Amino acid sequence: MTRLVVVGNGMAGARLVSEVRARDKDVQVTVFGAETWQPYNRVLLSNVVAGTMVPDQVRLLDPAWYADHGVTAGLGVEVTEIDREAGVVRTADGHAEPYDVLVLATGSEAIVPPVAGAERAIAFRTLDDCQAILNAASAARRAVVVGGGLLGIEAARGLAGRGLPVTLLHLAGHLMERQLDAEAGLVLGETLAGLGVEIRTGVVVEEILDEGVRLAGGETVEADLVVLACGVRPVTGLARAAGLEVARGVVVDDELRTSDPSIFAIGECAEHSGTVYGLVAPAWEQASVVADLVSGADKGARYRGSRLVTRLKAKSVELAAMGETHVDEASDTSAEVVRFSHRARGTYRKLVIRDGRLVGAILLGETAAVGTLTQLFDRGGPLPGDRAGLLFPGLAGASVADSPVRMPDAAKVCQCNNVTKGQIRACWESGARDVEAVAAATRATTGCGGCRDAVEGIIGWLCEQEGVSA
Amino acid sequence: MKPLESTIGRMPLSLPVLTPVKAPTATHCPYCALQCGMNVAVEAPEQGPDGTVTITPRQDIPANAGGLCQKGWTAGELLTGGQRLTTPLLHGEPVGWDEALDFVAGRIRAVQAEHGPDGVAVFGGGGLTNEKAYLLGKFARTVLRTSQIDYNGRFCMSSAAAASNRAFGMDRGLPFPITDLAGADAVLLAGGNMAETMPPFVRHLSAMRESGGQLIVIDPRVTATARQADLHLQPAPGTDLALALGLLHLVITEGHVDEDYVAARTNGFDAVRTSVAAWWPERVERLTGVPVSLMRRAVAVLGRARRAAVLTGRGAEQHAKGTDTVTAFINLALALGLPGRPGSGYGCVTGQGNGQGGREHGQKADQLPGYRKIDDPAAREHVARVWGVDPDDLPGPGRSAYELLDALGTEAGPRALLLFGSNPVVSAPRAGHVTERLNSLDLLVVSDLVLSETAALADVVFPTTQWAEEGGTMTNLEGRVLLRRRALAAPPEVRSDLEIIQALAVRLGAPASLDPVRAFPTEPREVFDELRRASAGGIADYAGITYERIAAETGVFWPCPDTGHPGTPRPFLDRFATPDGRARFVPVEHRPPGEDIDEEYPLYLTTGRVLAHYQSGAQTRRIAALNAVVAETFVEVHPDLAERLEVSAGQMLRVVSRRGETEGVVKINPAIRADTVFMPFHWAGANLLTNPELDPVSRMPEFKVCAVRVERVG
Repeated sequence: MTRLVVVGNGMAGARLVSEVRARDKDVQVTVFGAETWQPYNRVLLSNVVAGTMVPDQVRLLDPAWYADHGVTAGLGVEVTEIDREAGVVRTADGHAEPYDVLVLATGSEAIVPPVAGAERAIAFRTLDDCQAILNAASAARRAVVVGGGLLGIEAARGLAGRGLPVTLLHLAGHLMERQLDAEAGLVLGETLAGLGVEIRTGVVVEEILDEGVRLAGGETVEADLVVLACGVRPVTGLARAAGLEVARGVVVDDELRTSDPSIFAIGECAEHSGTVYGLVAPAWEQASVVADLVSGADKGARYRGSRLVTRLKAKSVELAAMGETHVDEASDTSAEVVRFSHRARGTYRKLVIRDGRLVGAILLGETAAVGTLTQLFDRGGPLPGDRAGLLFPGLAGASVADSPVRMPDAAKVCQCNNVTKGQIRACWESGARDVEAVAAATRATTGCGGCRDAVEGIIGWLCEQEGVSA
Repeated sequence: MKPLESTIGRMPLSLPVLTPVKAPTATHCPYCALQCGMNVAVEAPEQGPDGTVTITPRQDIPANAGGLCQKGWTAGELLTGGQRLTTPLLHGEPVGWDEALDFVAGRIRAVQAEHGPDGVAVFGGGGLTNEKAYLLGKFARTVLRTSQIDYNGRFCMSSAAAASNRAFGMDRGLPFPITDLAGADAVLLAGGNMAETMPPFVRHLSAMRESGGQLIVIDPRVTATARQADLHLQPAPGTDLALALGLLHLVITEGHVDEDYVAARTNGFDAVRTSVAAWWPERVERLTGVPVSLMRRAVAVLGRARRAAVLTGRGAEQHAKGTDTVTAFINLALALGLPGRPGSGYGCVTGQGNGQGGREHGQKADQLPGYRKIDDPAAREHVARVWGVDPDDLPGPGRSAYELLDALGTEAGPRALLLFGSNPVVSAPRAGHVTERLNSLDLLVVSDLVLSETAALADVVFPTTQWAEEGGTMTNLEGRVLLRRRALAAPPEVRSDLEIIQALAVRLGAPASLDPVRAFPTEPREVFDELRRASAGGIADYAGITYERIAAETGVFWPCPDTGHPGTPRPFLDRFATPDGRARFVPVEHRPPGEDIDEEYPLYLTTGRVLAHYQSGAQTRRIAALNAVVAETFVEVHPDLAERLEVSAGQMLRVVSRRGETEGVVKINPAIRADTVFMPFHWAGANLLTNPELDPVSRMPEFKVCAVRVERVG
């Protein structure tokens, strides 16, 4: 019987284990997680910081799941070595676990910038970090978040939502510079400012002090809680020590196999076609492919890369960014860019189109278009010639509000009984002066009843006309 | 909060009282499960079909309270027109009854001699009265002794039924009177389009909205019902399950879970809470295309409502994951604390006229009367005693509808089929294949009132009575048992299904313990009295319901265990019908449709109804006034798609799936998704394309989504 060992019990590892179990009841599964928590949903951690969820609500599997499904779980057990010769992984407590198939899902770790006093700050990465942030926030008077990427913004928004004044410090010239162009970053900053997050971009943090953060140039931003959200790096130490090929992440092929075919890597520790993915959707797609291969459910399963959609999860801030958003419009003539900006309303929408397909988009501010555009991006569906309808759904399909006056005689007034305005007019001309009389003659209004107002309106208008002409 | 006792009778939509006609018969519409009350007046009623029939709505039936749609108003046309069958047909030629019946009995005997009892199959319908459905099941199990019986309701209600049974231990479409809806603060409707399918239902929703309640509709199309909604969520076809999981996720994170209710009245919430943690709204948005902001608004409306209802229709149910989709919506309702609360609840909106009663009394492959399970020894014992046969002689469960149709004429499958009240050539999924199977039979017998597409293939066709020519009971979408009354005589050579069943039983010979004439009565009231005994003690207990009570009370809600019992309008107020009385949360996961779009078949096809037609159209396509509204099938496309195809309205489009192809007239609608085309299923065509992949629990086919490509014709 195949022995599967999974190192890492985060979003990727936990997903893989449950996907394998769903396909194969027999394979022997052992999973190690360095954190003592049951696997939890990292995506929801910003909800925990914001206070809309408690830690108990973000778990991915119930505590009883492992026993119920015959999975051996070592939680809080650190794997220290992969012995490929012996075909075992060794743990910090001296245990050696043999494997036939090994999956690395070691994820990534928070980058702590090399500034003095960094130990005074709390990195924002794990559930333990969340707990620490919450504990500190309850006593804090001012907070600083360092890092204006996705996570930093979510943390800042969450803390501000708790009533804490927050300053967000960001090195680059605008927020989320990897996903957003400069104007979008600016509009996003203004939206956040309106929610109580002060934005400082283009600033360099030099030291973290007890009373705040000292910037280059000497200014100190006061704070008694400093949260670091300065990005992550893949955790590749085990793989590197075991002699597997490692670039930025553990290098894998389309089967997610590392340079050792019995070892797979998925999630944020893996590098596929030169890309290390930092979002959960690719990790889950990868878990599904490996589960297909390991269980034999689909030996043809392959991973071909993911399209990236970044969706900010912060209350009252609607932001979706996908694909290619940085285009040099002056030089790049093959790209078509459609843009709408309304800073005062916090709205910015940008589409990047190549060969009639959507290859990138930024949607800032609430819009019903986000669902359709995400699906067009994901599926590479053909776009309509009218791009404005894409940015403003409803514009194309908006129906003209029919008034009794403008409605043509052929227009159907009562759908349920197929009665036209002309028939109602004819009925009026033969003497009907109220809804009941029209209903008795035409059956209009006797189905769903929804056209009663319209029928009344037509009768009223006809009566009015009569008065005018009389 | 609005007063609970709001009823449609007090709705601001007062209705005209139309001029009463002479000596009308109070009965119900022949079509959908709303079973609108109507008066049928016939000049010279006993003179046969040549009299004039006048239909007016009844005011005393709460479901329609005086409303009727065009289908109802025109239902009399088939009673008098020349479109109906008036004589039996043998290989297409008119023959006398004895010749037709003798032929059928002889062939049945021959087939069973060669292939055993299961060589003959029976296929029923959700339009049959309770009496017919009951007697058909009894005939199959005692005279034919075949396990091979199922019915077209498998294509309608099976997913909702399976999910309700799993959660509540009982499947009664609406476990509350329809008039409760008017008093709700919010109604969430997933995959239903009552403005077209049962227009008078909308009066209840309008009454709710006019007193401040909000309607939320989930539908991939901007249907006539969605247009009336305060909030419309428009998911990609086949993704309703993900959307339901996302809504529950938000109910939890936004703090709308009714924790006291969950603790007191349910089991299993923890596992569901954990499973939906993986369905955060941004993930759901990407899968469904429904913006997070709309999901949040919907949840806010539901969370604020003191009284609310969650309803599902075929749009959510007719999928290979339909049972799980309904379960996800039930989980949502349970988390909000709705089922079993006065004025609130979960319900499914039953489709066919007797779709409720038809699924209770034994024409289903796995079922005996009273909603009993055929593999339950106590159920077999009880029903066998009522029938006067040995329980060991009752067959076990048989094939589900599509599996049965798919097996016809094959090595292991039935060689003969008796079909009552159904038209699978039009209505079954992958209909081209089903037609081949029907053609491969040694014997196909169809009982119908018109020469339907399926009847046209039959060796023998029995002309049968229709609604206004017969008595019996129908159980509407509320679980309210109603009385169908005879308003006029049928043409002389037309017989009722009950008479046909008896005549076959006499010819084939019932078991020694039974007298076929007494065991298969032709008088509906006699059949009903036996049904009452057979259902007694079952989930759908009709024991206390009599024709007199129905007439006096304008309907009685089951369960009604004895004649002194008032009936049960709201069965879950004190406890659910599970062994421990608690509702069960069941964790479910989203999965993609059985067939997703790809390069070769890049569009979704979804199917549904139009207002002017009913089911396979066998009746409505023969009514001039309805054909004048929609005369032929069509393909609804988004203007962007039309532009790419370079077609305009009125041109013909060919629609092709892996299973077949068909054509339809182009109808351009900016309100449909650009990746989806819609076809109505009332004509032979749409179902040539549909995917017969089945739900693992309910055996429901995936009617509502498959992959197609479209081509311009010419």
